[in-house]
Amino acid sequence: MKKYTYTEKKDTRSGFGVGLHEAGIKNGNVVALCADLKGSLKMDAFANDFPERFVQVGIAEANMIGIAAGMTIGGKIPFTGTFANFSTGRVYDQIRQSVAYSNKNVKICASHAGLTLGEDGATHQILEDIGLMKMLPGMVVINPCDYNQTKAATLAIAEYEGPVYLRFGRPSIPVFTPADQKFEIGKAWMVNEGTDVTIIATGHMVWKAIEAGEQLEALGIDAEIINIHTIKPLDEEAILKSLRKTGCVVTCEEHNKFGGLGESVARLLTTELPSPQEFVAVNDSFGESGTPDELMTKYGLDTINIVEAVQKVIKRKK
Amino acid sequence: MKHTINELEDIVSQVRRDIVRMVHSCQSGHPGGSLGCAEFLTALYFETMNHSTDFKMDGTGEDIFFLSNGHISPVFYSVLARAGYFEVSELATFRKLNSRVQGHPTTHEGLPGIRIASGSLGQGMSVAIGAALTKKLNKDHSLVFTLHGDGELQEGQNWEAIMFAPHNKVDNLIASIDYNGQQIDGPTEKILSLESLQAKFEAFGWHVITSNGNDMENIVKTLEYAKSLTGKGKPILNLMSTQMGHGVDFMVGSHKWHGTAPNDEQLASALSQNKETLGDY
Repeated sequence: MKKYTYTEKKDTRSGFGVGLHEAGIKNGNVVALCADLKGSLKMDAFANDFPERFVQVGIAEANMIGIAAGMTIGGKIPFTGTFANFSTGRVYDQIRQSVAYSNKNVKICASHAGLTLGEDGATHQILEDIGLMKMLPGMVVINPCDYNQTKAATLAIAEYEGPVYLRFGRPSIPVFTPADQKFEIGKAWMVNEGTDVTIIATGHMVWKAIEAGEQLEALGIDAEIINIHTIKPLDEEAILKSLRKTGCVVTCEEHNKFGGLGESVARLLTTELPSPQEFVAVNDSFGESGTPDELMTKYGLDTINIVEAVQKVIKRKK
Repeated sequence: MKHTINELEDIVSQVRRDIVRMVHSCQSGHPGGSLGCAEFLTALYFETMNHSTDFKMDGTGEDIFFLSNGHISPVFYSVLARAGYFEVSELATFRKLNSRVQGHPTTHEGLPGIRIASGSLGQGMSVAIGAALTKKLNKDHSLVFTLHGDGELQEGQNWEAIMFAPHNKVDNLIASIDYNGQQIDGPTEKILSLESLQAKFEAFGWHVITSNGNDMENIVKTLEYAKSLTGKGKPILNLMSTQMGHGVDFMVGSHKWHGTAPNDEQLASALSQNKETLGDY
């Protein structure tokens, strides 16, 4: 197992904030909009340095999405910022008609996704957003795994022409990917090569997959770990190549098991390479109040859950 | 003026023929609101706006228009075609398979003149505000025009946008309301009353003017006046009284023709009331 270490923990939303600021320096057409959550989305640096390119819309997310769509007409590259729940479910029809169907170059940037939003509880903990967004034709869906990757993803989507959903989170988590990484939309990142099982993880679950890989190694299981940061378009080639070697897969995501990364992988494998699969995901449930760690444990998204899923899926191999 | 009032009225007559023929041909669509806005859209595209029929999505340096109440697509398509954005013969494909002239306006099939999809109501003002903000950032002094149904104002997103525009001094925006008092299920006053739209918009900080949308001279002058009000710190709202079905006697003033197609006999009657001026498609 390749060794991964970290010297600090940071929140992925801060990676977004730094990336947005840098994108704003690089390209004068980058504009940012927020719905009264500038601080939570770490958009202060952008707002302070480019006040004329920052639009505070107030608590009016539907209007924010529409304004962003309109701002593309004339060449701006709008980044909208609010919590994942208010970035997707609340404004689904606005995104569908004014952004996706109209093919506008809007970047929907969503913080506080999933259970790790914590104490605010289920009203704010959306676990359905990946599914909602990936079903929209033409929408790119990205869920980076740490601060550095989120920053790199933010810079990459500024240069990509078309609608994007960028999902990140609230808690501080290990920073383990390189600071100077080049982010390629739709390209899987090989975290660790192995032969017994493929673990495919996205977002906050990637670090847990690495922890699981270390525990599995001690149990004599050689796990291949792949970071799928881009859920759509899915890097099908990387997944199939890995499964041809390992023959079984565990998918890990901070999302409902319905509609997420796991189902995208299952759809691919069912048609191309039927393989045993286990899902580490929320079991069709809303969340609740609690600390991020408590919630990840209660809802079955811990390192131990990945280890157990691997042991189970290996037994299902023929 | 680029055209006389008589010339503009002749265009309107042809647009009305286009509308009823399009809706009759596919036996679906929304003739009532389309007919009621024929003068407005003709005035906009043949007189008021500085625009190019060599369509470019970015609309840099030209006035641009967003139709928020996308169901009155027949009048929009007819005026765009008659203005020269695409061949009038394409109007015959309205609502048919493999057409760019979709049931509701969309950018998806690449029809020149359309900058955003509309149909799901209440989204157009936000989009127009965004385009207006970009024009300001680009130091582009051209204007953004919109049209909204009155019933459409029941959608909450409008009021987010209506609150935003004055606060942010979006004064390069001229929004018009198709104030015909009708919606699919009946008169707006019975379905969900709008009360005083003038008072509402003024309370939100808009400069409100009123007009008669079925009087060509009045609407041309009103839009010229509206243009003179831009750049003064406030968005402009043209509260435009219209009759649903205007120009076709049996359709006038009734919500029953909001989304109903005429039969052969009704089509003949409608055409007899609107002379062919530019040649049918």
